Amino acid sequence: MSVNETIASAVGTQEETIIPVKDPIEEGKRESIHVEEGKTVGKPFADDPKFKLRNVEVFYGQDRAIKDISLDIARNEVISFIGPSGCGKSTFLRCLNRMNDSIDICRIKGQLMLDDEDIYHSKKDVVELRARVGMVFQKPNPFPKSIYDNVAYGPRIHGLANRKSDLDDIVENSLRKAGLWDEAKDRLDAIATGMSGGQQQRLCIARAIAVSPEVILMDEPCSALDPIATARVEELIAEMSESYTIVIVTHSMQQAARVSHRTAYFHLGHLVEVNETNKVFTSPEHELTESYITGRFG
Amino acid sequence: MTDQSSQAEIVRNSLKRRYRKERRFRMYGILAIFIALASLFILFADIISKGHTGFLKTTITLDVTLDSETMYLDDPTDEDQRSMADFVAPIIASLQEHFPEVESAAEKRELGRLIGTYGASKIRDLLKDNPDMLNTTQTMEFLAHDRVSTYVKHADNPRYSIKLSEQQQGWVDQLLEKGVIDTSFNDVLFSRGDSREPANAGILGAIVGSLLTMLVTLAISFPVGIAAAVYLEEFAPQNRITDFIEVNINNLAAVPSIIFGLLGLAVFISLFGMPRSVPVVGGLVLALMTLPTIIISSRAAIKSVPPSIREAAEGVGASKMQVVLHHVIPLAMPGMLTGSIIGMAQALGETAPLLLIGMVAFIVDVPGGFFDSATVLPVQIYLWASSSEQGFVELASAGIMVLLTFMISMNALAIWLRKRLERRW
Amino acid sequence: MQTANLLPLVLVLAAVAYGLAYMRSRAVAAPLGGIRNLKALPFYYAARAALWCAIPALIVLAAWAGFEGKVIQGIVIATLPQDTWPESPGQASLILSQISNVAAGKLNPEFVPEHIAGAASVLEAMESQSENFKAALVLLVALAGAGFAWTRVAPHINARLNVETTLRRIFFVCAALAVLTTAGIVFSVILETVRFFGRVPITEFLFSTSWSPQTALRADQVGSDGAFGVIPLFTGTLLISAIALLVAVPVGLLSAIYLSEYASKRMRSTVKPVLEMLAGIPTVVYGFFAALTVAPFIRDLAQTVGLEASSQSALAAGLVMGIMIVPFVSSLSDDVINAVPQTMRDGSLALGATQSETMKKVIFPAALPGIIGGILLAASRAIGETMIVVMAAGLAANLTANPLESVTTVTVQIATLLVGDQEFDSAKTLSAFALGMLLFIVTLLLNVVALKIVRKYREQYD
Repeated sequence: MSVNETIASAVGTQEETIIPVKDPIEEGKRESIHVEEGKTVGKPFADDPKFKLRNVEVFYGQDRAIKDISLDIARNEVISFIGPSGCGKSTFLRCLNRMNDSIDICRIKGQLMLDDEDIYHSKKDVVELRARVGMVFQKPNPFPKSIYDNVAYGPRIHGLANRKSDLDDIVENSLRKAGLWDEAKDRLDAIATGMSGGQQQRLCIARAIAVSPEVILMDEPCSALDPIATARVEELIAEMSESYTIVIVTHSMQQAARVSHRTAYFHLGHLVEVNETNKVFTSPEHELTESYITGRFG
Repeated sequence: MTDQSSQAEIVRNSLKRRYRKERRFRMYGILAIFIALASLFILFADIISKGHTGFLKTTITLDVTLDSETMYLDDPTDEDQRSMADFVAPIIASLQEHFPEVESAAEKRELGRLIGTYGASKIRDLLKDNPDMLNTTQTMEFLAHDRVSTYVKHADNPRYSIKLSEQQQGWVDQLLEKGVIDTSFNDVLFSRGDSREPANAGILGAIVGSLLTMLVTLAISFPVGIAAAVYLEEFAPQNRITDFIEVNINNLAAVPSIIFGLLGLAVFISLFGMPRSVPVVGGLVLALMTLPTIIISSRAAIKSVPPSIREAAEGVGASKMQVVLHHVIPLAMPGMLTGSIIGMAQALGETAPLLLIGMVAFIVDVPGGFFDSATVLPVQIYLWASSSEQGFVELASAGIMVLLTFMISMNALAIWLRKRLERRW
Repeated sequence: MQTANLLPLVLVLAAVAYGLAYMRSRAVAAPLGGIRNLKALPFYYAARAALWCAIPALIVLAAWAGFEGKVIQGIVIATLPQDTWPESPGQASLILSQISNVAAGKLNPEFVPEHIAGAASVLEAMESQSENFKAALVLLVALAGAGFAWTRVAPHINARLNVETTLRRIFFVCAALAVLTTAGIVFSVILETVRFFGRVPITEFLFSTSWSPQTALRADQVGSDGAFGVIPLFTGTLLISAIALLVAVPVGLLSAIYLSEYASKRMRSTVKPVLEMLAGIPTVVYGFFAALTVAPFIRDLAQTVGLEASSQSALAAGLVMGIMIVPFVSSLSDDVINAVPQTMRDGSLALGATQSETMKKVIFPAALPGIIGGILLAASRAIGETMIVVMAAGLAANLTANPLESVTTVTVQIATLLVGDQEFDSAKTLSAFALGMLLFIVTLLLNVVALKIVRKYREQYD
């Protein structure tokens, strides 16, 4: 509880983290199911991975929020993180582009390699890292600027366009990739906060794409959207998987099943099981995974 | 893919420039904070450097022979004789003992000017109360003249001009060496009212005036402020009148204080015929000025009382008023107290409106009641600061130090109260 | 009996009424089988008695104390021989102060005309009579109230409802006092302003460029040649406020940004209260600092670089005032910046923006309306500030934009015109109220606009 409160107040994303962690297993069963630390069942590793994560631990002050997780994320794969609230999946995701840096009390241990570079190395530049590893958040967070300026923001700060026409091209391409071009091309100067929730979220995706990242992290991108908007975003994820590596945290097992190649199940800071998505949902190897996907808790 | 890696290259190349900007921006922030803190430091340092000498008085201790012949005084109980007598003569005579070479009348006069103007009256009062001391020798401590005092305290400070003649300076140096002239803690400052002469002026009158004024302010603004806050938070219906009142309170909080002075002048003094310069009117004006602060902070305190407590009390059948009186007000009291203390501290430092209602008069006596003419600390500081005499600048700074001490203690009290009594829900 | 003694007496009476009513309610309840058979607790019967005893008496007392001075003055003037009746209010106040000085023993009756001495004795007699009548009336009302409450101690009457309704009304009156204060301000400035415009045309006041009210100093010169053009005062006020804002806005805003975005928690918790100390320092202290330290320093500094600076320069007053409003700007900007949702910061940082880029390109534009509102509030504070300018800015109404010259402001003129003894009727005195009205209107407008902007801004993110 205290961990979650600290994070919530520090990060400000109260929607998810403020929910108290309920022990998901009924009293009687708690003793019988045991997660062995650092032991993940399934196939956590890959050849020539994009991300190579070894023995990652995250502390909030004294509390250990992520407990010895090792995982590979392959190139151009879509991997989804699932698990009950407070299991650490968002925290883990935010380590991948060092969004946890702004929380004073947060410490990270272990090896996190992006293309064989340690992203937590003291010389490693966080701005450059984030230009390569983009992020889309739970709640659409367009800046209170025009649609054009929202998408152009990243290229502008990074100096990616030499001419106005280059910038126009980047904006158009990004909006096209995000499937928003047809809806937005006539009102590029309109303030982005006036769009619908689904449009806003696709705009945020376009904004992330505009800096041509290699990896896109998505933290429950559809939890604030209605089913139709969700379907559009899921379609988009499928299209994007051709050119990007995508890590998606989701609450919805159906969504994980629909969009991802692999699925990782988190439980109380442990990475319990990682496997091909259809494997996880049809024949989970770990007892906890099974009880979660069959809806016994969560 | 080539797209991505070429872009990564661009980003890498821009980093140096961008981090330079980042550092520069950060520097501006630090610079801004530094400017603000440095100003505060310079302000305090300046006032302390100007004012610390205000807490010292310069005295001349002499063995005075109260000779009836030199004073032309046979019977100290006779008022007519006292009014004709020369009480300066014994002082000069005893100073002369230190400087036997002083002969001429002019020089003697110069010598006598080392003593403050009230030295003679000190001897007169002594003899009036103890007539049998006539023709005895008494060791008496006199306040040195303002110029002597300036010379003793600030001889090496170029900011002060020394107004003693060379000869007088020589005398003072010798007396200093002998220990006849000495500096000690300025008890005069804390035991008298204002005076035309810096050495005799004190801030007791202003402190008492401030105290009386603050009592009136507190007595009005605290209960009224709380009652208003309670009404607006707990009882006010959602209607135009309530809205109007709220808008009024918010705007009153930002009305310049001098406007409240105009209000006091036109309404209390001119319309109601109340007297000028008195703590009651000052207190009333300051109360009106502080009210919005107290109301706003009290409302915040009431808002922070959780609804569960109200519901619990209402659940056992308490009336709305009982809920408010038994639960809401006691629970919100720490917050209300803190807000009120801060409001009172503001009122204590307020000067402008009091100028307009005549609390700037030159008042020697320490006020004894709410209807006596009085001044307050900040106004006294203003009066001294605008005076041309150097001695008063020193006193003004000393007065500022006293005022700031009061204010800091009040704020510290508020913080302590908040820490001590604050409940966490 | 004096008001100061009457007040505690009424309170004592109320306490006695409380005690008696309490005992009586218990006595009434006893034969019925205890207090549970009363409609309300004995406390409420007692509280009602105390309220009914004290409130009407206090109202009578306040009304009497408020108006007795005026009434007595009128009567005293009327007793003067007809040929000595004052011709103007100014003269009347002169005569009255003479009379009251004689009555108070400050002025020897032998030194004043006979009719004044006579009036003084009338005044003395009236005052003591008034005291007696007042005491009698107040006590009578108090006793009557308490007596009525006594008769109403009955088991079937619900005293709690009475007490609660009364309290609620008292609370309402307290809240309405704010409106009354505003009304008082408006009333006091408007009346005198209207009289002022009776003598000096409003067009001259607003558009003339010369201000020298001192020529109308003497009473027999009332309404004569003084120049009452407000423009030099207004430009002086604007010049000093502009200097103040030039200091306060960058310093306040940048320190707020640094503290909220960069500083460690420990630095924030130490620096913030220290910064806020700047706001708690009395303005007279700033005035002292400006007049005796900063102004001479600026003059000397200007001399060394070959410029001529007045010893009471606008720059000195403006700089010090700027320092004074730094915490005001910084705490308002801090609120506003913190109100920008964290998701905005995350969104920008996740794209690889540096903190300063995030600040300059996302947070600052988003917070701009709120910051502008804050600056307007700070401007209103600077315009209304009095002591610093009274002590450091000078009295000469120069129409200049040179910060090294001495200028005067609206507040300085109000203070100087009304300090000391003044004729209530001269154009000089009245002009101070017209200036007050101007100041009130300008600051009110600034506040209303600023509060509206800030509120709108907050609603955007709530």
